[in-house]
Amino acid sequence: MATQTIEVNEVASAMRGSHAGGTDRLRVAVEGERAVAGGAAVKARASGLNFFYGGTQALKGLDMEIRDRQVTALIGPSGCGKSTFLRCFNRMHDLTPHTRYEGSIHLYPDDIDLIAKDVDPIEVRMRIGMVFQKPNPFPKTIFENVAYGLRVRGMRSKALIEEEVEKALRDAAIWDEVKDRLNDSGLSLSGGQQQRLCIARALATNPEMLLFDEPTSALDPIATARIEELITALRERVTVLIVTHNMQQAARVSDYTAFMYLGELIEFDVTSRLFTNPGRKATEDYITGRYG
Amino acid sequence: MATVAQDPALQAIRAGVGRRKLFDAIFVIIGLLVMIAALAVLCVLFLDLVVQGAPRLNWDFLTSYASRKAENAGILAAWVGTSLIMVVTACVAMPVGVAAAVYLEEYAPKNWFTAIIEINVTNLAGVPSIIYGLLALGLFVYKFNLGQSIAAAGLTLALLILPIVIVATREAVRAVPRAIREAAYALGATRWEVTAHHVLPYSMGGVLTGMIIGLSRAIGETAPIITIGALSFIAFLPSPPVTAEFPFLSFAWLKDAFTAMPIQMFNWVSRPDPAFRVNAAAAGATLLGMTLLMNGIAIWLRFRFRKRINW
Repeated sequence: MATQTIEVNEVASAMRGSHAGGTDRLRVAVEGERAVAGGAAVKARASGLNFFYGGTQALKGLDMEIRDRQVTALIGPSGCGKSTFLRCFNRMHDLTPHTRYEGSIHLYPDDIDLIAKDVDPIEVRMRIGMVFQKPNPFPKTIFENVAYGLRVRGMRSKALIEEEVEKALRDAAIWDEVKDRLNDSGLSLSGGQQQRLCIARALATNPEMLLFDEPTSALDPIATARIEELITALRERVTVLIVTHNMQQAARVSDYTAFMYLGELIEFDVTSRLFTNPGRKATEDYITGRYG
Repeated sequence: MATVAQDPALQAIRAGVGRRKLFDAIFVIIGLLVMIAALAVLCVLFLDLVVQGAPRLNWDFLTSYASRKAENAGILAAWVGTSLIMVVTACVAMPVGVAAAVYLEEYAPKNWFTAIIEINVTNLAGVPSIIYGLLALGLFVYKFNLGQSIAAAGLTLALLILPIVIVATREAVRAVPRAIREAAYALGATRWEVTAHHVLPYSMGGVLTGMIIGLSRAIGETAPIITIGALSFIAFLPSPPVTAEFPFLSFAWLKDAFTAMPIQMFNWVSRPDPAFRVNAAAAGATLLGMTLLMNGIAIWLRFRFRKRINW
């Protein structure tokens, strides 16, 4: 079981590698099946995505592409639906009763519709990791926090788990701080360390895509800078989708930015262009601080 | 002070703050008095039992059976009976109560049906214990043919404390932050894994608190076990749970007749000979001691579970 999972992950990352191009920042082609116009391949595509909380429509007809191994930021004022959109990708809404998806979110290269009824949300969450707004380590040891995803996947070999945990902690740039206290509680760490622990926990299972829901909104500026640095580095190996309230953060860490307003996608472009030369008035008003 | 405090606005602020802080002080005094009164009553009761029962509080008292002569009588059958009943009660009430609470909290859909169940569970905690005794007499003793046995008594008391355990467990389960559940779900855990690996371990402290309250109530209950027919005079012990030959464990004791501490006390108090009242006081002190010991173990367990968890 354990080895199978790893093989699948390796195959998946090999496949990702095969059609991921450079990192040129070309304007996103709106149509075309793979749309590899010299840029990165498409990792996920939302088409006609509607989302409902009971009778309230929170997302309205979203069409958007997420580039493979690029950082895509979602910005917009409070209540615009950016977190709701993010949580569609790992079916977090399935945990809330009376919610409903319409449309599709296809994940490539295998072209599976993440929000289809017959796709198991657990399978989706095993492929797409998530880091939350408030650091939420389990009240277990640092080691067990990172090992948990591996254990859920049926990994039993102690040596293998130790190896993967160390790797994940290194990737999350927290190994040096915790290597001597792996058996301390995850809650004994500072807020910024806890958040990096949560990133390590999400990375341990080798996800294809990582969702960040305002990951630094509860952190101080120094801890924030470290997380941002980390996100930039993660771009090498995983597709990142990040919701942020902070426009400077979006400008610093992301390759692509989507501006959302009242449940709609207003504008989506290469980050540098969206911030310097927005195509829509609403975007310009928001990024110049006229509202939000 | 002299020069600065002349400002009338500042004076008014100070007067206001002083007045409001007075209420703080008053509440502290009331709280202390009430707490001391409650503790004093408990201490006086306990000390009174110990002083009255002192002449009989010795090893012989714990290792002798009941007797017609007050100075020979002991509580061996009673405390063994009570302990075994508590074991049965805990073993039944804990898994059933925790499972019911976890189902209601984590699995059951929120609709009118589960709302009715919730209200009923809470109401069950207020049902007089004699009613449980009558139910148990009809159900366990006659229908299930358990007879007047330790098993019947344990099951009866388990029913009695089930609502307490369920309510306490639900509170504890609800106290686990949503963020923790989401973290586990986001890693691909199933609902059962989230419950078994996270929600239950993190709420164990609250579950144990519920068990302490429940068992403390059960250990002193007299009415329901009299109803199902506990004997008040027995001079034998239940069959031993450990045996010399394979499989070394025996559950024959479950079917044995029993007596319990409160029944023994009740029996002694109602006798005309005042010497038996000394016995009753000594038994009361022992019962309180047993309760304290049981609570002590549970509090220690709860401390161990909670040591690491601090949201």
